[in-house]
Amino acid sequence: MTLALVVAAAMFVGILAYALFGGADFGSGFYDLTAGGSRGGAALRTQIDHSIGPVWEANHVWLVYVLVIWWTAFPTAFAATMNTLIIPMLLALLGIVLRGASFVFRKYAATLAQARVFGIVFAGSSLITPFFLGAVVGAIASGRVPIEGRGDLIGSWVTPTSIIGGVVAVGTCSFLAGVFLVADAARAGSVDLEHRLRRTTIGVGVATGMIVLGALVPLRDDAPTLVEGLQGRAAPLVVVSALAGLGTLLLLGGRRYAAARVTAVVAVAAVVAGWGVGQYPWMLVDELRIEEAAGASATLEALLVVVGLAGVLVLPSLAYLYRLTQTEPWAHSSH
Amino acid sequence: MTLLEVSLALATDEPAGLLPAREQMALSLGWHIVLACFGVALPTMIFVFHWRGLYRDDAVALGLAKRWGKVSAVLFAIGAVSGTVLSFEMGLLWPGLMGTFGDVIGLPFAFEGLSFFIEAIFLGIYLYGWGRIPPKRHLLMLIPMGFSGIAGTFFILSVNAWMNDPTGFRIVGGEVVDINPWAAMFNDQVWLQFLHMWVAAFMVVGFVMASVYAVGILRGRDDSHHRLGFKVPFAFASVAAVAQPLVGHVLGLRVAATQPAKLAAFELAAETESPSPLRIGGLLIDGEVRYNFDIPYLGSIIARNSFTKPVQGLDTIPLEDQPPINIVHLAFQGMVGIGTLLALAAVAYWLMRWRGRDLLERRWWLRFVALAGPLAVVALELGWIATEVGRQPWVVYGVMRTTEAAGENSGLWWLLGATVVVYGAMTAGAVVVLRSMAHRWRSGEEDLPSPYGPHLADVERAPR
Ligand code: HDD
Ligand code: HEM
Ligand code: HEM
Repeated sequence: MTLALVVAAAMFVGILAYALFGGADFGSGFYDLTAGGSRGGAALRTQIDHSIGPVWEANHVWLVYVLVIWWTAFPTAFAATMNTLIIPMLLALLGIVLRGASFVFRKYAATLAQARVFGIVFAGSSLITPFFLGAVVGAIASGRVPIEGRGDLIGSWVTPTSIIGGVVAVGTCSFLAGVFLVADAARAGSVDLEHRLRRTTIGVGVATGMIVLGALVPLRDDAPTLVEGLQGRAAPLVVVSALAGLGTLLLLGGRRYAAARVTAVVAVAAVVAGWGVGQYPWMLVDELRIEEAAGASATLEALLVVVGLAGVLVLPSLAYLYRLTQTEPWAHSSH
Repeated sequence: MTLLEVSLALATDEPAGLLPAREQMALSLGWHIVLACFGVALPTMIFVFHWRGLYRDDAVALGLAKRWGKVSAVLFAIGAVSGTVLSFEMGLLWPGLMGTFGDVIGLPFAFEGLSFFIEAIFLGIYLYGWGRIPPKRHLLMLIPMGFSGIAGTFFILSVNAWMNDPTGFRIVGGEVVDINPWAAMFNDQVWLQFLHMWVAAFMVVGFVMASVYAVGILRGRDDSHHRLGFKVPFAFASVAAVAQPLVGHVLGLRVAATQPAKLAAFELAAETESPSPLRIGGLLIDGEVRYNFDIPYLGSIIARNSFTKPVQGLDTIPLEDQPPINIVHLAFQGMVGIGTLLALAAVAYWLMRWRGRDLLERRWWLRFVALAGPLAVVALELGWIATEVGRQPWVVYGVMRTTEAAGENSGLWWLLGATVVVYGAMTAGAVVVLRSMAHRWRSGEEDLPSPYGPHLADVERAPR
């Protein structure tokens, strides 16, 4: 493995972590949006606040980590992507800003009317971000980011691959969020909530799964390089994802929530990893390989020091945070 | 003249993306930096309250820790999202800078990301940990938060210091070679700039918090809660305010050594005079200094630590290498003026207290403290304007001009417009929420309802 590849892998780990943890936080916006009126939706919204409140800022930093490694290690690829995909990038960013701000504003709002406004912004913007980030992935994976000059500002991402990417991102985020929320509701002993969430989550899961599988057909024309990878090198991951997704649905049906959380994470991780493996060795598909994109090797080495430090400092802290949120005193929303 | 007008005046055959990028940078950084100060200094302040509450069994202090913890939840959230905007922006606005020097100066950004991770993780634990983890351990969660805020400041300032004093690479035939990211990160300027910014953060947060309680006392809420809420942050701010002119002075000596054009603009030195006077006020109009008040010798003493060494005059610097003089001069003097005032005020307060008189009994003093918080914020902004505008026309001093860093994207005006709207709304939201929090606390409600307004119980009780 070359230095560039190691750094790219470290960056991809960040993408995976953001997709899983950040994704679950964003996905909870879907349930918030569909929770119903203020009275009927109160229990669910409280559960959402309780589940993502302690973790969303930490989960969000994965994105910062990815961006920073990207522009430091692969500056030309980053510049090219930003140049062509500026619009979906900015819309994703808008979602990030509105989501984060309105989430805390709602939590501390003075009146129900205020809280409702912030709540709508929170829930709506939670869906914007995964959609447009998915569209960005679609544009890169279908070879629409040129290294010289600027690709079409709109046409580069209003394509079948990008739309599918966006929809799949929203679907997988919502599915993950649903599985986590059901488990939290069950642990907190909210039976009604548990039933409601379980039903919606299974629906979201079935829909997303069908889109992912059905997507392979239009992708074949629109993103041939990616599809070739998905059917070749990445095929095992696609299979794992399908099986884990199916397993999650069954486990949800049987109320085995702890196990369902694991399989749901595996299913989504496999989808994301499938994309990465599928487009290897390209950084920008059909345009720029990972090796060619790499910056100065002194910088790549230095970045590995940062990655190593992250392993020593950040991962144990994160583990502690997640473990705390799963302990008994944290299960109940007496906050 | 506003910044916009000045930039417009500068705007001759510039890339289309330059002016909007400048305004965007100034707006988003000027906004973020205020919140960043809270990220740096608030954990320490809360720690003191919380520690006192826990180990001295002081319920008032514990209450203060809880409340400021909740305030920090709001401030850190918008600090985090506005910081994310900046991570996108560096690539978006300055393609020439990040494309060319991304691998020289990316390393501190990566370390900064690491610091934010730690800060965000322990923030989550701290905020939600009340009553959920053992009290003594809960208190300790503030320590990694405090340190990571400081570390984050160091790393981001290392980027800015590098732009002022670039090292860690060579340019051979137009190519950037021999890249050493560690040398770029630990450039000669970073330690002083970091120290100055760190102290500034404690001034800003300390005086702002003290202001809040000064206003409360003025309005007749003079109780132990307000007194303690005033005392702790004011003590921090006092130490910082006294240290700041010293640090700033040493930082100024470095500017003299590395960026003579900037120093000339700071000091409004139209020509080299030996010894140089300290010039207070004044504007450069058609090449002449007007409306100024000079104190002989003091310029040399302050800027050069000498009775004779001059401040190098603008007449020795080619026009195309000069920054916009008046803005830089006024911003710099505004910062120094406010800094001096706040330092004197801090000394005066503690002297009086030592002599047995408590200025908190005086309304004029409370009114002054109420202003001190906003003044510190103004000094912070002015300091950044002096630094950033004073570096012009260079983005990387002596290496890359700002015009080379900008792109050709005139669509950035749309971005700027949208940013003004979104940041305006976010500011309004934060103000509304923080005010209503304070309001509720005053009416005796400690636990704020979550998460969408009334307590669940209220909803259930509400008339159907
Ligand atoms: C509360 C805020 C505050 C206060 C009271 C002061 N400063 Fe300051 N100053 C800053 C906040 C600041 C800053 C915003 O943090 C800057 C911008 C860049 C930096 O590193 O610090 C800065 C920059 C800055 C620079 C420019 C460094 C450069 O361009 O590289 C100098 C020379 C000084 N300061 C000097 C002073 C002096 C002599 C002060 C005396 C009272 C003073 N500052 C008070
Ligand atoms: C460490 C953090 C910072 C970094 C890395 C940074 C970086 C930059 C860059 C790349 C530019 C554009 C190039 C240029 O015009 O020189 C710029 C300009 C500017 N920045 Fe900063 N900046 C930082 C902090 C701040 C802060 C906190 C403020 C707050 C007021 C600020 C105010 C400005 C202004 C006013 C300009 C425009 C200057 C002009 O074009 O005349 N900067 N900065
Ligand atoms: C002098 C300038 C700056 C200082 C002192 C500073 C400091 C800080 C601090 C202490 C925080 C964490 C506290 C909080 O969330 O409020 C923060 C957040 C952040 N800053 Fe800055 N910053 C500066 C400029 C910048 C610049 C130029 C960038 C990017 C290019 C940036 C990117 C970020 C990001 C991404 C976050 C959010 C991290 C999170 O999710 O918690 N900052 N900043």
